[in-house]
Amino acid sequence: MSEVKNILLVGVGGQGTILASKILTSGLMKAGYDVKMSEIHGMSQRGGSVSTQVRYGDKVYSPIVGKGSADVIVAFEEMEALRWLDHLKIGGKMVINDHQIQPVPVNLGMAEYPEGIIDHLKEKVEVLSFKAADVATELGNPKAMNIVLLGALVKAMGGLDDIDWDAEIEANVKPKFVELNKKAFHAGYSL
Amino acid sequence: MKVIMSGNEAIARGAYEGGARFASAYPGTPSTEILENMPQYGDAVYSEWAPNEKVATEAAIGASIAGVRSFCAMKHVGMNVAADPIYTFAYTGVTGGFVMVVADDPGQHSSQNEQDNRNQAKAARLLMLEPSDSQEAHDYMKKAFALSEKMDMPVLMHVTTRVCHSKGIVELGEREEAAVPDYEPKIKKYVTAPANAKVLRATLEERVEAARAFANDCEFNRVEMHDTKIGVVTSGVSYQYARETFGDNASYLKLGLTFPLPYDLMKDFCSKVDKVYVVEEMDPYLEEHLKMLGIECTGKDVIPHYDELNTDIVRKAFCGIEPETYTSDMQTVVRPPALCAGCPHRGLFYCLSKRQKKDGLMITGDIGCYTLGMAAPLNALHSCICMGASLSQGHGASIALRDAGKKTKVVSVIGDSTFFHTGVNSLMDAVYNSGSNLSIILDNRITGMTGHQQNPGTGYTLMGKEAPEVDIPALCKAIGVKEENIITVNPNHLDEVNAALDTLLAKDEPTVLITRWPCVLKKFSQQDIDEFPTLHKTQCVIDQDKCKNCKMCVKTGCPALISTKEKVVIDYTSCNGCTVCKQVCPFNAIEEVTR
Repeated sequence: MSEVKNILLVGVGGQGTILASKILTSGLMKAGYDVKMSEIHGMSQRGGSVSTQVRYGDKVYSPIVGKGSADVIVAFEEMEALRWLDHLKIGGKMVINDHQIQPVPVNLGMAEYPEGIIDHLKEKVEVLSFKAADVATELGNPKAMNIVLLGALVKAMGGLDDIDWDAEIEANVKPKFVELNKKAFHAGYSL
Repeated sequence: MKVIMSGNEAIARGAYEGGARFASAYPGTPSTEILENMPQYGDAVYSEWAPNEKVATEAAIGASIAGVRSFCAMKHVGMNVAADPIYTFAYTGVTGGFVMVVADDPGQHSSQNEQDNRNQAKAARLLMLEPSDSQEAHDYMKKAFALSEKMDMPVLMHVTTRVCHSKGIVELGEREEAAVPDYEPKIKKYVTAPANAKVLRATLEERVEAARAFANDCEFNRVEMHDTKIGVVTSGVSYQYARETFGDNASYLKLGLTFPLPYDLMKDFCSKVDKVYVVEEMDPYLEEHLKMLGIECTGKDVIPHYDELNTDIVRKAFCGIEPETYTSDMQTVVRPPALCAGCPHRGLFYCLSKRQKKDGLMITGDIGCYTLGMAAPLNALHSCICMGASLSQGHGASIALRDAGKKTKVVSVIGDSTFFHTGVNSLMDAVYNSGSNLSIILDNRITGMTGHQQNPGTGYTLMGKEAPEVDIPALCKAIGVKEENIITVNPNHLDEVNAALDTLLAKDEPTVLITRWPCVLKKFSQQDIDEFPTLHKTQCVIDQDKCKNCKMCVKTGCPALISTKEKVVIDYTSCNGCTVCKQVCPFNAIEEVTR
C-alpha cells in the first residue's frame, strides 16, 4: 500500500485556489487514487488566511493535512508560506508565489510585514519561488496565475506526469480560457 | 459513476436519490451548499430559501404531513431557532420521510458558538445519523427518508464542518421515487392538543426503543475487529482521525446511527477489547452513555472538550507522539478578515465610528458580514449574540438606559436577510413598546456572508424564478414606525449618512435608517444595474503630489489601500470605486477615475 501524499495550497481569501485544487483532485481521481480535499468557507474568506488541503493514496481517511506531513506546500502569498511552515514534512518542498498582501494590522501601522521571508525559508527548505502573476501576464492574463502555480506544484510533487492534465483543464475551464490555462500549466511546470 | 463531491453536495445528491420532493433551508455556514446544490435536481425536487430555520423546518414538516419526502437544512445555531417545531414533530412522527440536516461547526470557523447538537437529538428524541465522509453523507441521506418512515421518527442528519466542506469520491446511484398517498387527515397524530400529545409522548418512548433495537443490528453501525488490545468507539469525522492514528492496531465500533444508541452492540464490542478509547469532537456524548452502561473508558480526560479534532490531536492525546516539524523564529502577522474593498457597510460604520464617542452611542450588532464593523480601525459594533438580536437588544437597552436616567443613545445594525430572519419581530417589539433605538437595516440586496443567496428582498428565488420583493420602508411603516422616521440613504455618501443620523438620533421614538447599496461581490441583476448605474464603473487613485501621507484614508479600513511608511497607494485590482477614502481625504488627493 502506497503512502498517502499530502499537499497544501495556502493563500489569502479571494486569491482563488478553488479552480487549481479542483483540477488537481479530478486528475488524481482519474489516475485511480483515493482523494480527499478540505477547505474552509465562510467568514475567513473575507481577506483572511485560507487553506486547501489535498490528500491522495490507495486509501485516505482524514481530510486534514497534519503538522510535519505536507510533501509540498504551494503558497499563493509569501507570509502564508511562513505561517504554514510547521505543516511541511521534513525534506518537503515549497512553491512560493513572490507576492505580498498586507494584512490589516500592517496597513494600520500596528505590525510590520516580516522582511526577507523567501530567503529565510530557503535557508531551511527547498523553495521554488517566482512571480506567478508576471508569468501569467506574459501569457496574456494575470488571472491564470493559479494554474501557473498548479503546474509548478505538479512538477514539485513528481510521479504525476502520466495524468492528462490538458484534458482536466479542458473539462474544468470555460472554453475561451482553455488555451491560456494549458499554456499557464506548462509554463509553471517548466519553471 | 464516481465523482468528487463535498459532503454538502453529496447530501443534496443523496436527497435527490432518496426520493425527496421538497427542501427548504436558511443559509448558514457550513450548511449553505446543501440547498445551493438542489436546483440542479429541480425537475424532481422543489427547493427554496426560507426566511429562517423555523419556517424552513415547518414547511418541510408540512410537506411530510402531506405525505411527501422532505428535508430542511441549517447550521447548528439554526436548530435553536427550529427547536420549537422539531421537538413536537418528534412526538407526532412523519407521513412522508423527513430529514433535518444540521451542520455543527467545531472550532467555530464561522460561528458565534460551538454547540454540540447531538445533545438535541437526545433531548428531542430524533433518530440521528452521523456520516464520516462524502460517500456516507450521500448514502445515509439517501436511506434516511425510508428509515424515517419505517421508524415513524424525524431523522436528524448530524454533520460537521469537515464533513460538509471536505471533498471525497462518491459512487452515485439512481433516484428512487416514493409514491405520494392521497391526503387524509390524521387528527390524533398531528393535532398535539394535550389529550393527543400525552398519548404521543408515551408512544414516542416506544418508537425510541424500537429504533434502539434496530440500531443494534443495522448497516449504519459497524464493528471493525483488528488487534483487540484497544477498542475505539467513535462517530462522524472523528472516525477518520482515529483510523489514521491507530490503523489496524486497534478495533473500532464505528457508529453512524447515534440516537438512540445501540446499547447491546456497545456492551458487546467493549467486552471484546482490553481497553476502550472514545474519540469524539466537542461534548462527551458517546462517553457519557458508555459510562452510564458501566463501561470504563478513556476519552475527554485526554481529548479537549472543545475545538475541532484532527489526527495530530488524537495521536498526541492517546499515543503521546508529536510530529517532527520545521520551526522559525520569524513572526507572522495575523490576517483577520475585513470588510471587502467597496463594501457598502464601510461608509456607515465609518460614520458610526467617528460619531460614537461624541454622540454617546451604544451600537448593538447582529450576524453577518457587518459583524466585521467591530474590527479595527472602525471598532463600531459592540455586541453580536444571534440572528435578529440587534434590534431587540437595542430596544431593551434603550428602555433600560432611559429609565436609569442615562443619555446613551442606542443604535442597532442588522442586514437585510437577518432583518427578514427574525429582526422584523424585534422591530415590532420596539415600536409596540415605545422604545427609542435607531434601527439601521443594511440592505445590500443579497444574503452576503454565506456567499450570496437570494432572500425575500432580492426579487429572485433559489430556483431562479422572479419573486415579489419585500418593501422594507413599507414594512417598517406597517409595523408602526412613523413615515418621517424612516430614511433610506446611499451608504457610500458619508454626508447623506451623517445627515440622516443627525435627524434620527435627535428623536426619542423608534426610527429606521435603511442603507441601500449592493454587495460588491454579488452578481448584479438587471434591476441592480438599472438602480445603481455607477456600480463598478469607476475607481479611486491617489495623486501622490497632493498626498501628505496623513493616513486618514487608511482609517476607513479598506483593504484596497496599501499603506507603507513612505506612502499610500490604491491597489487598482481591488478598488471598486466606493469613494469613501476620497471623501475622508483632507487634501483632495484622491480622484475618482473611469475604469
